[in-house]
Amino acid sequence: MTDHKTNRIAKAFDHGKAFVAFITCGDPDLETTGKVVRQAAANGADLIELGIPFSDPTAEGPVIQGANIRALAGGVTTDKIFEFVEDLRRDVDIPMVFMTYANVVYSYGTEKFVKICSKIGIDGLILPDVPYEEKADFQPICQQYGLSLISMIAPTSHDRIAMIAKEAEGFLYIVSSLGVTGERQAITTDIGAIVDVVRQNTDIPCAIGFGISTPEQARTMAQKADGAIVGSAIVRRLEQYGRDAAEPVGAYVKSMKDAIADL
Amino acid sequence: MTNPRGRFGIHGGQYIPETLMNAVIELEAAYDHYKDNPAFNRELNDLMVNYAGRPSLLYEAKHMTEDLGGAKIYLKREDLNHTGAHKINNVLGQALLAKKMGKTRLIAETGAGQHGVATATVAALLGMECVVFMGIEDTKRQALNVYRMRLLGADVVPVTSGTGTLKDAVSEAMREWTSRIADTHYCLGSVMGPHPFPTIVRDFQAVISKEIKAQILDKEGRLPDAVIACVGGGSNAIGSFYNFIDDKDVALIGCEAAGRGIDTFETAATINTGRLGIFHGMKSYFCQDKYGQIAPVYSISAGLDYPGIGPEHAHLHDIGRAQYVAITDEEAVEAFEYLSRIEGIIPAIESAHAVAYAMKIAPKMDKDQIIVITISGRGDKDVAAIARYRGEDLHD
Repeated sequence: MTDHKTNRIAKAFDHGKAFVAFITCGDPDLETTGKVVRQAAANGADLIELGIPFSDPTAEGPVIQGANIRALAGGVTTDKIFEFVEDLRRDVDIPMVFMTYANVVYSYGTEKFVKICSKIGIDGLILPDVPYEEKADFQPICQQYGLSLISMIAPTSHDRIAMIAKEAEGFLYIVSSLGVTGERQAITTDIGAIVDVVRQNTDIPCAIGFGISTPEQARTMAQKADGAIVGSAIVRRLEQYGRDAAEPVGAYVKSMKDAIADL
Repeated sequence: MTNPRGRFGIHGGQYIPETLMNAVIELEAAYDHYKDNPAFNRELNDLMVNYAGRPSLLYEAKHMTEDLGGAKIYLKREDLNHTGAHKINNVLGQALLAKKMGKTRLIAETGAGQHGVATATVAALLGMECVVFMGIEDTKRQALNVYRMRLLGADVVPVTSGTGTLKDAVSEAMREWTSRIADTHYCLGSVMGPHPFPTIVRDFQAVISKEIKAQILDKEGRLPDAVIACVGGGSNAIGSFYNFIDDKDVALIGCEAAGRGIDTFETAATINTGRLGIFHGMKSYFCQDKYGQIAPVYSISAGLDYPGIGPEHAHLHDIGRAQYVAITDEEAVEAFEYLSRIEGIIPAIESAHAVAYAMKIAPKMDKDQIIVITISGRGDKDVAAIARYRGEDLHD
C-alpha cells in the first residue's frame, strides 16, 4: 500500500528537473482551482502542491496570505477540498500533495484526515510548522496510509541537515532563503552546499522553494537540485486574473518548465 | 514540571518552521548556561531591584475586605513596577540573555502595549535596537502606548493581517524572526510559543509568587487560600501561581476574558470555549472553528484578546491544579471602577478581570481566609477606552 503512493511522488522526478506548482484551494473558488491545476499539469508541472487555507499562515508572505484570506472568505473548507480532489482525480493523474498548517490536520483528527487523503489520491503532506522534532504526531499515521510527510531544510539548518535527510520521504523541500514565502530579487544561500550534505545521507530528490519566480531563477536553482517549487508567482496571477487565471498560469508554468527541462 | 522539548503533559512542544529551529535550540542552550550562573543572576537581580523597583508591594486592601465582608484581600502590586506592569520582569531577563548571546536587536509583539513598552524600555537601557509588532486595532485602542514606545526609540509596526490584534502581532513577529535571526532575539511576552519560551518566561515571572510567598508569610504567618490572576497567554498568572503549585491548599484561579459572554462568538475565554490544537509553536487549547481555523476572538482588554493559552496553564487545567473562570467585559469594567474608588488604585483592565472574580468569591469566604489578587498592571492606558465603554468620549 505504501509503494503505490510513494511511487506517484517519485514519478514527478522522472521527466528531467521537476517543476512543482503551488495553488491555494478555493482562491477564488474551487472551480478555478480545478482549471488551474489542469492547465498547470498540461503545461509541464510535475507535482501540484494544493494549499488548504489557514486563518493564520505564519510561514507565508503577503501574497499567499492574501490567497488564504480570499479562499476562506469564499467559504472553502477542508471537507469541500476533499470532495474537490476526489472529483479532480477522475481525470488528473499528476502527483499531488497538500500543503497546510498543523492545526488544520490535527483539529480535523490526524488519522481521519490522512485516511481521507489516501482514499482521494493525495500523495503527501507538507506542514511548515511541523519540524523534525514534532513529526511523530504525523509521520507514523502518514506512513500507515501511504502518504509521504515532506521534510523541509532551511538555510539555518546546518548540523540538522543530515538528521532530517536520513528520515526524509517523498522529496526534500529545500527552503532557499530566510523569511517567509514570496518572490525575491536574489537568492544568496549556498544551496549547493546544502544539497551536498543531503546527497551524503539520502537518495530522495530535492526541490528548492521560496523566492523563485523567473525562468532564470528556476534554471539556476534546478541546476543545483532535482526541481524548483513556485508558489507566490502563481498565486499572484490568481490574484490578478481571478477566475480567468488558468491560461496565464498555464503559460507561466510552460515558461518555467521549459527553462529547466533540458538540464 | 518541564519535560524534554518543553512538554507540560501533552501540551507545549516546538511547532515552528525549520528555519527557526536552530534559533530556539541556541536560545535553550544559552538559557541553560546562564539560568544558574551567579554573575548573570546578580546582574539581573540588580536590574530588578534598582531599575524595575522590585520587590513589588503586597498591599492589604482593607476597604475592599471590609466592603465585601468575607476573606481578607491582598493585592500584589505589579502595577508599581517600572513601566507599570509585570511585563518588565520577563523583558529584563530575556534582554539580558539576548545580550549575552551577542544579539543586538529585540523584536516583540504586543497587545495592550505593556509588553511592547517594557521591551522598548529595556532596549533603550541596554542600547539595543527594538521593533514592536502591534495589531492595527490595538494601535488605535492603545494610542498612548504606541507613542510611549516611539518615545523610547522603538519602531512600532502596525499589523494589518488577520484580525489586526495580538495573535496577528505574534504571527508577524514570528515571520520577522524567520527573516532575520543572526542579530535578532524575539522577546516573546507571554508563557506561550515554542519551547523554550513558556519555560523561560515563567521562570522570569516566578519572582511574583516567590515574593508573594515571603510577604504573606511575613504578614500573616501562613499561605493564602487563593491566588487569583488574569490570563491571556498567562504570564502574570503563571508567575503568580508557580511557587504555590506544590502547596495543594492554595487555590490557583486564572481569570479569562469572556468578552461579551462565553455563549457568544465575541469572547477570548480559551479554556472555557476552546479545544486542543496546535498554533504559534505550541500544542494547547485554542478558540477555533470545526476545521481548525483560529477564531477572531474579542475582549475589551487588548492584553487578553488572544485565542490561545500557555501550555503550562493548559496542563494545570488538565490535572485540575488550577481553575480557569471567565469574566465578562461588563464585570471587568465594574471591577475597574470599583477598585479605583474603594482603594484608590486604578488597575489595568486585564487585571480588573481578576479583581472581578475576587469580588464574586470573597463575600462567600470566611473572614480568616486570605485571597491574593495580582494587579498585573496599572490602568492609566485604559482610561479612555473605559470612558468610551461608558459612553463618554475623551479627547486624549
